[in-house]
Amino acid sequence: MWKSPRTGGLAVLVALVTLAPLGFPNAYFYDVAVNALFNATLCVGLNLLVGYGGQISLGHAGFFALGAYGSALLTGRYGLPPLAALLLSAGVVGALAFVVGRPILKLKGHYLAMATLGIGIIIHIVLKTESAVTGGPDGLGVDAFSVAGLTVSGDQAWYWLAAVLVVIAVWLSLNLVDSPVGRALRAVHGSEVGAEVVGVDTTGYKVLVFVVSAVFASVVGSLFAHKNGFITPDIGSFFRSIEVVTMVVLGGMASTFGAVVGAVLLTLLPQFLASFEDYEAMVLGGIMMGTMIFMPKGLLPSLRLLLAKRRRTP
Amino acid sequence: MKGLVWMGAAGVAVLGCVVFSGGVQAAETVKIGSFLSVTGPASFLGEPEKKTLERYVERLNTDGGIGGRKVELVVYDDGGAPDKAATFAKRLIQNDGVDILVGGTTTGTSMAAIKVVELAGVPFISLAGGIDIVEPVKKWVFKTPHTDRMAAEKVFADMKTRGISKIALVSEDSGFGKSGHDQSLKVAANHGIEIVADEVYSPKDPDVTAQLTKARNAPGVQAVFNFGFGQGPAIVTKNYKQLGIALPLYQSHGVASKEFIRLAGAAADGVRLPAAGLVVAGQLPATDPQKPVVTAFKADYEAAFKTEVSTFAGHAYDGLQLAAAAISRAGGTDKARVRDELEKTSGYVGTGGMVTMSATDHMGLSPAAFHMVEIRNGDWVLSD
Repeated sequence: MWKSPRTGGLAVLVALVTLAPLGFPNAYFYDVAVNALFNATLCVGLNLLVGYGGQISLGHAGFFALGAYGSALLTGRYGLPPLAALLLSAGVVGALAFVVGRPILKLKGHYLAMATLGIGIIIHIVLKTESAVTGGPDGLGVDAFSVAGLTVSGDQAWYWLAAVLVVIAVWLSLNLVDSPVGRALRAVHGSEVGAEVVGVDTTGYKVLVFVVSAVFASVVGSLFAHKNGFITPDIGSFFRSIEVVTMVVLGGMASTFGAVVGAVLLTLLPQFLASFEDYEAMVLGGIMMGTMIFMPKGLLPSLRLLLAKRRRTP
Repeated sequence: MKGLVWMGAAGVAVLGCVVFSGGVQAAETVKIGSFLSVTGPASFLGEPEKKTLERYVERLNTDGGIGGRKVELVVYDDGGAPDKAATFAKRLIQNDGVDILVGGTTTGTSMAAIKVVELAGVPFISLAGGIDIVEPVKKWVFKTPHTDRMAAEKVFADMKTRGISKIALVSEDSGFGKSGHDQSLKVAANHGIEIVADEVYSPKDPDVTAQLTKARNAPGVQAVFNFGFGQGPAIVTKNYKQLGIALPLYQSHGVASKEFIRLAGAAADGVRLPAAGLVVAGQLPATDPQKPVVTAFKADYEAAFKTEVSTFAGHAYDGLQLAAAAISRAGGTDKARVRDELEKTSGYVGTGGMVTMSATDHMGLSPAAFHMVEIRNGDWVLSD
């Protein structure tokens, strides 16, 4: 039973996020860990679309930013409770993804990439220019996150919230992948024509997974906004979209845990490389290139393959 | 089982990265922390700031440090991303244990760090222009650069002396231009200036003749005021000349670098703008108290780095000097005392102007810190 990632893998993840704080000497480490776990949650959602569905989205930071701004505005300006704001934003983002998803997901390859890129950029521009609502490029302050009178404050509280969130996201993702929906998605990934021939509603499934991943992004965006207390339109920039896709690809596509590993690594690396100062970008680039050249399938799947090979030829 | 082993291995690797001890600090050094946008879209601000901080911290140390204690500088590059700036601010305070923060290249990164700084109670001198940083006044937050509101006020005052009352505002939709636009609208009425046209362009627009034509055709317009930085204002200036608009053209302090004159070429002749004393160091009258400071800084910077000094380098220089002076007056690095001393800063003459802070003013520059400058034959000419 422990062989299955749905039980064994999840148990390891729970153990890791529970034990990790033992190695945190101060609040800064909690802060970095929270960012890593937020990114992990976002990537688990995106991985459903990119890794399993075989579709690309270069506009996911846009959905993330919409969730963040939705929460910021609904709580700050209209006095909604944060949880209600989070759910409402996620609902709106989901609806938006549904509406734009249907026409967009008919496209393939570069065209799909360009269309999603366009959506991301449009969202970014709107957030930047509608300064009467969004505060413009200078950003917007966000209130603290509270549920039923309990305020989440301090880095430790946020860490546990982010840890629970990532475990739930991974659990949902693993279950979805092993369900009929997941199998249909993988069929779409393998061959759309083939999937259609055996009776899979390809467009329907693609839109579904697009909406699910957009909702993941929106929820993480909302929490990110509350945790940081200050957001600018740049959280929805093109570079941010590229960053999250890179995390998924680096960790390993079509591997939920790969997405987690990729996100955690790419969040931590810049922090550790910061002491390299001027060489930071070079070292980071070197690591990424090395990974892509020697482990083209991504970190986790490649490592797994390597181990399997070792076992066969002792 | 295989999957489990791999999960475990990956997990151990991640944990290994996470468990990583913070820098060891000697009790005697004064630690100055800084997060700057050395890379990314604001790198042309952050890079000179970093070079300046490094050079003058070294200078402080060769001169015996602050109160006999050596100074240690820790700089991180936030790439212009506010969330990274907040994380680095936390890292500097919690992990590196710095005594004071001097940094925050852009308004966005500074604002993001303010929450962290206020919570931790560490003095922070921001190097960004936005007025929101010090208004309303925050207990631990100070800043060195002039605000966009001061620039707008200086320009409007100059317009008034020249009998101009109806103007067209052409601004960039970037952070700097946007904030300048909003502040201009806010203070225009106080100076008896009416904005009869309000046009906006994007920093990457290759042509703004449409906006300029609309601005020129606004009824009763007497001058055009452009708020932006980078190549945008250069394009505005060139298009302005191409359209043959004869009205006076005003620019903001965002173009106070030689790069602007190079980009705009001959079209820049006659453009008026507010600029810090540093830009026209050589032309300041000998009686100006700023003269020795800015000429010395300019000469030193240009000799060391072989590039023209920028006002951003000056902001970092001022921030460091203010911090060093406050620590030395406080007789140590007790954060509350340093903060109090910063607030008591009085009559400090820096590259930005004369700084006198108070409990209600955490920037301390007066409008006199700006000089009106006109571009003539490809060079700055002091004109007030």
